[in-house]
Formats: sequence, structure tokens, C-alpha cells
Amino acid sequence: MGKRTIIPFGPQHPVLPEPVHLDLVIEDEKVVEAIPSIGFIHRGLEKLVEKKEYTELVYVIERICGICSFGHGWGYCHTVEGLMGIEIPERAEYLRTIWHELSRVHSHLLWLGLLADGFGFESLFMHCWRLRERVLDLFEKTTGGRVIFSVCKVGGVRKDIDKETLDEMVSVLRGMEKELKELTETFINDYSVKNRLVGVGYLSKEDAIELCAVGPMARASGIRQDIRLTGNGVYDKLEFEPCVETAGDCYARTLVRMREVYQSIDMIAKAVELIPDGEISVPVKGNVPKGEFMARLEQPRGEAFYYSKGADSKFLERIRVRTPTNMNIPAMVKTLQGCDLADVPMLILTIDPCISCTER
Amino acid sequence: MSEQWKIQNFISIEPTQLVDTLQDYKAEGYRLAQVHCTKVSEGFELTYSLDKDHVLTNFRIILPEEEEIMSITGIYWAAFIYENEMQDLFGVKFKHMALNYGGHFYKVSQPTPWNPKD
Repeated sequence: MGKRTIIPFGPQHPVLPEPVHLDLVIEDEKVVEAIPSIGFIHRGLEKLVEKKEYTELVYVIERICGICSFGHGWGYCHTVEGLMGIEIPERAEYLRTIWHELSRVHSHLLWLGLLADGFGFESLFMHCWRLRERVLDLFEKTTGGRVIFSVCKVGGVRKDIDKETLDEMVSVLRGMEKELKELTETFINDYSVKNRLVGVGYLSKEDAIELCAVGPMARASGIRQDIRLTGNGVYDKLEFEPCVETAGDCYARTLVRMREVYQSIDMIAKAVELIPDGEISVPVKGNVPKGEFMARLEQPRGEAFYYSKGADSKFLERIRVRTPTNMNIPAMVKTLQGCDLADVPMLILTIDPCISCTER
Repeated sequence: MSEQWKIQNFISIEPTQLVDTLQDYKAEGYRLAQVHCTKVSEGFELTYSLDKDHVLTNFRIILPEEEEIMSITGIYWAAFIYENEMQDLFGVKFKHMALNYGGHFYKVSQPTPWNPKD
């Protein structure tokens, strides 16, 4: 047995997009234990429920995260709509689904770039982010924002997208697909990429279940779990089937996300084909009645959970957001045990951690 | 809104029933989806949400503020995140936590900011 040492890793580290700290207990370059600690950027956003009316709170909730902000707004609005018994117009459901899937494309491309950067493949990183830029342009064109969109509101959405712009969106995404195929080839077949990812960070299906993993982390370990299967938005009309891999390593998690980019593009194209004409919101008036409502969404990083408690007032009594990274930190800690020190960045990156989401 | 989304299951249980109940549900294949706390006049309202086949079942516990509750980290280790969060923000007291950060999971400027003592 070699000498044990503890290496502090983070919260500021070149491969970490966000602040998480790990105490890595090392023995001969192998990690034997990892103790996570977060809490550096806790903002207490849920507490703002006391100061913001339910219609204003959507702006706060969207700011939980700069990558999956649209989904957070949608999840929150869904809980309030559930409490108030509001049925939103079908066109609004389609628009929400389109923007949400566009967010997934943007998030996964961002993550693929970060991963490439993490294993030192700079040009791959730049190409991923170059493609992502086109998705941000689509957001800007359809919502006016590139990070925070503020198009989701209780009762529907604020902005419509005309037919011409929807068709242009599909054409841009289909154009991206061709270039994405070249990147996919590199991610799947390049020997240096495979060297860093295949067999690294293995999480068995049993462990993924035991540790309650969600999203691509769970699906890469063979679990067919995806909240889109519950038919929220218009997913029940888009012939959706989750992307599942069984290898359970960093490579499998990369494959799941790559496949999901193509799948999201297909779903957006299908939604554009099916979107009906009509209203995009319904008027919402009055207080939120007493009661409670829970909703879940499949965010790019996995299942997110939303809860609102009404108090017959314009102010809610409690809101709760549980983000996917919350559920994937335990699985990350498990996969770190026994890995090489050099693989730690890959392992952390492949859960696609979002700490500002987690701490809110 | 799909029919499945309209299902909102909340089952009230006593604090002493928590561990046995969750053990039974875990044996049936339920996974932990989340735990959260709300401050209410009687103390804390704790909600434990379990998922099976994409349907949530929520267990609701009212816990007087001065009482301790058994940690569920022995059943679902992943619960350490929720328990430490509730300990730091609300001051909920847990017994036998598998990983206890002792009030330092979140770096907050005052103790239990969502349930201040002053």
C-alpha cells in the first residue's frame, strides 16, 4: 500500500466550468476516495418567493442557470399553471417544446466543446462552439436573448415565431447536421479521444439505480429514464424514444449526448411540421390558490424537479427547484473511487455539472 | 397538460415511519427523486419524493422544530445532499447522517438563513 495524500481539487481549476471542490484521497496516483464540497455560489433564489409576485418570479427562476434557463422558466410556470388550473394553448406547448429542444442542442454542443477542451483537443472544442453559436443566433432571432430569453410566462409564451422563421430554424439546424457529422466521426473514432474516454469512469446500471443518477448519466448506464416519456409539452406527438447506451463509461455518456443532439434536431423539425395556428397564451388573473403542485422536466443534464405551494395570494409560500446535478454528484463521487488522478477532469466533466443550478 | 402530470400524490406519515416506509419502497424499485423542507407554523414540513416508472409518490412529514429525524442516507446515500442542505438552510436536525458537513455544506453568512433564530 502506498502513502495516502489528499489533493485539493477546485473550486477554481482549469477544467472546471463551475466551482466545486473535491478532496481527493490519493494512493499511488489512484483516487481512493473523493469528498465533494459545494456552496460557494449559493444565492438563495428560492427565498425570493417572499419578495416577488408569482408572475415576476419566472424571471428569477430563469436566472438559476444560463444554459437551461428556458426549461427552468417552463418548469416553474407549469407548477403555477397546475395550481391555478390553467390549460395553455396548444401552439404555446409546441413553442415551449421547440425552445426547450433548442436549449438541449445548445447545451450538449457546449458540453462537447468543454469535454474536448478537457482532454486537450482544442480544435474540436472550437468547432463545437462554432456550431453552438448558430443555435444562439436562432435564440436571438426568436426570443431577443442569447442566454436569458424571458419568453415563457404563466399562461403560455410571450412571443410567437412565424412560419418563415420556423422554416429557417429547421434549415439552419439541418445545415448544422452535416458539419456535426464530421465532429461525431472524431468523437466516435479518433484514437486519442477514445483513449481518454473508453472504459473510464465506469458506472454500472446497478450503481446508477442505487445512486439515483438522472439524465445522460443514467441513460449511458442502460437506464431508460427520461421525463419526456411522460408526455409533457408535445413530446407525445413527436415519436420520442430516449437514447440509451449500456457501456456506462465516459465514452457512453458522450455518445448519448451526441445522439441527443441529432434527436433534438429531428424533434424540432417534426414540431415545426405539426405546430397548429392559434393563440400563444391565455389571460391569467387573480391569486394563486392554496395548494401545491409538482412538475418535472427533462433538462439537457437530466431530470429537474419543480414545486410550488400557493397561499391564496399573489405571493407563493414556497418554491423548490431540484436540478439534475444534485442527483448526479453522488454518482460522480462513486465513479471517482479507483480512477487515475489524470482522469478526474474527464469524470467530473461527463456528469456535465452545473453548480450554480445546484446551489440556486 | 397530460393526465400523468395531473397526478399529485402526497401521503402523510409520522416521522417514526419514515425509514421503514422508504426501505419498503426502495425494495419495490423506487428511486429517490428529491427531498425538500418548508417552514410551517408547526415546525418543518418535509417532503420525500420517490419515483417509479416516471410517477412520483410524495411522503409528507410534519416535524416539530426541536425534534430530530432519522437520516435516510442509510437507505438512499444520495440523500446526503438534501439533508445537509436542509440542515444548513433551515436547521433541521438529522440523526446518523452518512456524510455530515456539520453546517458547512453551503457557505452562508449566517446560520440557518431560511429559519433565522433572531
